[in-house]
Amino acid sequence: MTALTPQIVAGLPGAFRKLSPRQMWRNPVMFIVEVGAALTTAVALAQPLLGGDAASIAFTWAIAAWLWLTVVFANLAEAVAEGRGKAQAATLRATRTSTLATRVVSYDGDSDAAASTARTERVASAELRLGDVVVVAAGDLIPGDGDVVWGIASVDESAITGESAPVVRESGGDRSAVTGGTRVLSDRIVVRITSKPGETFVDRMIRLVEGASRQRTPNEIALNILLASLSIVFVIVVLTLGPIAGYSNATPTLAVMIALLVCLIPTTIGALLSAIGIAGMDRLVQRNVLAMSGRAVEAAGDVTTLLMDKTGTITYGNRRASEFLAVDGGDPAELGRVAALASLSDPTPEGKSIVDLARERGIAVPATVDAVVVPFSAQTRMSGVDFADGTMIRKGAGSAVRAWVEQDGRVASTLLAEVEEQADRIGGLGGTPLVVARRSPGAAAELLGVVYLKDVVKPGIAERFAEMRAMGIRTVMVTGDNPLTAAAIAKEAGVDDFLAEATPEQKLELIKKEQEGGRLVAMTGDGTNDAPALAQADVGVAMNTGTSAAKEAGNMVDLDSDPTKLIDIVAIGKQLLITRGALTTFSIANDVAKYFAIIPAMFAAVFPGLGLLNIMQLHSPASAILSAVVFNALVIVALIPLALRGVKYRPMPASRILTRNILVYGLGGVIAPFIGIKLIDLVVSLIPGF
Amino acid sequence: MEIWLAVAQFATLALILAIVYRPLGDYLALTFTSGRHLRVERGLYRVVGVAPDSEQTWGAYLRGVLAFSFVGVVILYAIQRLQAVLPMSLGIPAIPEGLSFNNAISFVTNTNWQSYSPDVTMGYAVQMAGLAVQNFVSAAVGIAVAVALIRGLARRSTGTLGNFWVDLTRATVRILLPLSFLAAIALVIGGVVQNFAGFTDVTTLTGGTQSIPGGPVASQEAIKELGTNGGGFFNANSAHPFENPSGWTNLFQMVLMLAIPFSLPRTFGAMVGDKRQGYAVLAAMATIFVVSLAAVTTFELIGSGTAPEAAGGSFEGREQRFGISFSALFAGATTLTSTGAVDSMHDSYTALGGMIPMINMMLGEIAPGGVGSGLYGMLVLAVITVFIAGLLVGRTPEYLGKKIGPREIKLASLYILTTPTLVLVGTALSFAIPAIRADLESTSIWNPGLHGFSEVLYAFTSASNNNGSAFAGLTANTPWLNAALGVCMLLGRFLPMVFVLALAGSFAAQGRIPATAGTLPTHRPQFVGLLVGVTVIVVALTYFPVLALGPLAEGLA
Repeated sequence: MTALTPQIVAGLPGAFRKLSPRQMWRNPVMFIVEVGAALTTAVALAQPLLGGDAASIAFTWAIAAWLWLTVVFANLAEAVAEGRGKAQAATLRATRTSTLATRVVSYDGDSDAAASTARTERVASAELRLGDVVVVAAGDLIPGDGDVVWGIASVDESAITGESAPVVRESGGDRSAVTGGTRVLSDRIVVRITSKPGETFVDRMIRLVEGASRQRTPNEIALNILLASLSIVFVIVVLTLGPIAGYSNATPTLAVMIALLVCLIPTTIGALLSAIGIAGMDRLVQRNVLAMSGRAVEAAGDVTTLLMDKTGTITYGNRRASEFLAVDGGDPAELGRVAALASLSDPTPEGKSIVDLARERGIAVPATVDAVVVPFSAQTRMSGVDFADGTMIRKGAGSAVRAWVEQDGRVASTLLAEVEEQADRIGGLGGTPLVVARRSPGAAAELLGVVYLKDVVKPGIAERFAEMRAMGIRTVMVTGDNPLTAAAIAKEAGVDDFLAEATPEQKLELIKKEQEGGRLVAMTGDGTNDAPALAQADVGVAMNTGTSAAKEAGNMVDLDSDPTKLIDIVAIGKQLLITRGALTTFSIANDVAKYFAIIPAMFAAVFPGLGLLNIMQLHSPASAILSAVVFNALVIVALIPLALRGVKYRPMPASRILTRNILVYGLGGVIAPFIGIKLIDLVVSLIPGF
Repeated sequence: MEIWLAVAQFATLALILAIVYRPLGDYLALTFTSGRHLRVERGLYRVVGVAPDSEQTWGAYLRGVLAFSFVGVVILYAIQRLQAVLPMSLGIPAIPEGLSFNNAISFVTNTNWQSYSPDVTMGYAVQMAGLAVQNFVSAAVGIAVAVALIRGLARRSTGTLGNFWVDLTRATVRILLPLSFLAAIALVIGGVVQNFAGFTDVTTLTGGTQSIPGGPVASQEAIKELGTNGGGFFNANSAHPFENPSGWTNLFQMVLMLAIPFSLPRTFGAMVGDKRQGYAVLAAMATIFVVSLAAVTTFELIGSGTAPEAAGGSFEGREQRFGISFSALFAGATTLTSTGAVDSMHDSYTALGGMIPMINMMLGEIAPGGVGSGLYGMLVLAVITVFIAGLLVGRTPEYLGKKIGPREIKLASLYILTTPTLVLVGTALSFAIPAIRADLESTSIWNPGLHGFSEVLYAFTSASNNNGSAFAGLTANTPWLNAALGVCMLLGRFLPMVFVLALAGSFAAQGRIPATAGTLPTHRPQFVGLLVGVTVIVVALTYFPVLALGPLAEGLA
């Protein structure tokens, strides 16, 4: 609550602005409260003229004041939720400042892809149109969203992602998209603009976080219908109560009837409903995920099939050394030492992992090595080092290393067979074999053995999939690997199914097949060839590093480009629905206690028997009714933090979640107001006249 | 001792219903899924011009329901107005316009509210050609609509719900006619009269003369209970010894009125291919049924109030051959179904005891409710329950693989809104309009004060929920009550049907979402409890104030 206080204060002006009936009528429940507040105020004003006594005038004013407060509290919840997005929008706006762009006049991608000789002109970034080509050099702001058509550059995207490390963007492939407002740090790129002015990624982001483009989701609409129907029932109950009570000469005053109505209609959920929706979107934004629509967030909660790329999601993107397998009875430690020496200057993750493994095994590996580095190339498919004394070490693909060894022509065929056997075995386990060899001057070329590079499954991922299964979500791993490798990794990671040697078409087919069975599918993707599948999936999360085609096709963008986040997105979707359900249940359950407060207060004077229903032993009819109204208003404020934070969600089967939530919000909703109203009544009873 | 008697009576009833549940429910399912047409049915289809194998959209199905019922009202009105010229009318004149209007609606809507004494108002022609016909077909219409909703839930991605004319015909020919034939024979054996003797003048023991009416009572009585109609042959209804002579016939009549409504969940389970779903609905119905019966029996056996305490028990308005607990059981059964037959006068119950039949009806006739209407009412409540529960588990709510979206919630909400609106607005208008209030107070209400209010509330509750039982003590044959209650019965019957069939159509159009661990199971005790909870809370919140101003204020005084 304390952390929220400044936000609540900041939201107050907005809360009063929202009192305008033109805004209020969109929320039928709170609109009824506002009309009730206005009517009660009118009654309070008219009462002195009609000769009301001082006590009843004070009572009417008190009711009117608390009804207005109820409306203000509801607006406050919405204003606070919106306020959180506004701060973020302001930061984003700063990146949208107009810059001068260097536009290429009549760009020709074939003869002059680098646009080094083409004529250029300086135009304001706001004037760029779809399809324009611009040149961006080091230090320049990228003027708009687009795809790199030539060049490679490091780009600072911290303005959008908050991540300070620069990222590489290059033409072709899946890392070609650049976002307007980000800055090129090195090199020079040619970019084709892919967005219309005012519709850039940043523009959309701003609209999203501000909540301006928030549309109601189907589920929210359905809930609104239910709440409106409940309100109508209670309007009828209260409207008909007048004549019915009139038969027994027990007609309550207008203020009391309005108080009863406001207490009965589901004001708690009515007041917090839109705040819950805004806060749900906001929780995604805080995890650096942009949902293009609230519908997508809700669909995430319903997902029953999760398609995940193997690489990056289930396994680390790169293979890691996991074993040294010496051949010909050699010492694995010697193999490890040699392999590590060959990898000391190797900047790739695989190379580093070999050094790490050797050190882990207690093999002495120097910090640096004084030798000529032979880097990996696509032609040789090997890398290694050449020492000054003529000793050469190589590691690489089996056939390449074998060819290199056979340059000496003196390798026993049994040895070759042993290496091949090891390599095949590793391949069968889903790993990659790396053959290590050494040639020393004067000595025979040696095949030392094989390093087992393994696709390492991320720790803890199997547990997460088990959780997903408990939630009723089927996980499917998608990989380009052969079925054997895929099966091995699928088993280790504990996914339910896998799609091996997957092509984009097969991926699309799989999604369609799942959807035909009535399932909802979520997937992540980044490449242009993922775009059809992303569009087909019910929840398509595009990586921010991906192409603009992928980002267009998906309905969410993950700014951190972290595919595992899909799991969080599902949880946020569920949490959104649960929060709505919990507060609805709470709101309706509250009515029980309110009846026990108000009905005896209304009629016990005429029918003393009904005094038996005053089980809370409230002080007087006036204090009972006022206490119920005050409780009704205060509970909104008390629940604002819950609405913004969301109800806690832990993955478990539906029936267990239900039991827990029914106990907390259903039973709690029945009991809490009995206590709350009684406490408020104790305070109210101290006021003279009540 | 009386308490053990009550338990034994209830146990017997429950045992018989349990035995009937499976065979009758399965037979009903077979009736509505079979592809075969009986010869007599084919003949009927040819006469009416229906292609029996054609399927109808929900709109066409609804038009069938409404057209058939409209024609039913017109014919029944005409028969009553023409009574004077019809044969076997025992010389009774035509029935007046207002009463004919009210009564035509009453029987077509399966309500059987009777604001007159049937034995002296209706001759055999009206009874048999008019009322009995509607006793059969109005019940069949209810079953048909329930079957259409079941089909909507069972089918996938289709625009159709079956054929109303086929469902109507089968419900009548294969279910109601044969069963009531057997039941009528059993009732005759039990001592219910069946003759065309008209009025017989006899000399009583004290030497006075009395006109004793006879008539085809057993045949009427069977369908009266089996179709949850409730319209008696005699004014005293099932309290009359010619309609309900003994404890055995009393029990048998209860079995008849409860058999089909309690077996329909089985039909539902069988047709959607998951019998457990049927058991869940049955469990929800049975829970409310048991609690309600226990409440009314307890209140009556305690018998608080001046008269019962003076008499040593709550005996007023009850037949000695049934006693307090058996009467209370009947009162519960007749108001928990939409039957409305009475073997005791509910008006004479203790204030709190008399409130229970009222609450039974306010629940919307769902435990187990009328034939067909009970099941579809409970399924609509299940939709609302699933919606709230679905939110609580974080999934877009679904029932039997069908998504509950804005359209479904709108229809379910409208259904839930209909009857409370009719009850409350009808009652309130009766007191709000000065002329009507004056008329009520001078003519209709026999017991001024709180009890008088309860009588009016009971009348509107009974009419709007198509129950038809009366609290007694209220003269309802007045222009206002005939008209207002007629409108309540009409809207209370057909508006819900519109919403149910629209809902069925929207379910049928959907595919089916496969169940996963994330799906809320709707066959466990947990869901049953929730369904009962939602039902009771919704009703309690709606009616608490009016109950407080009537029976509660009277009972707690």
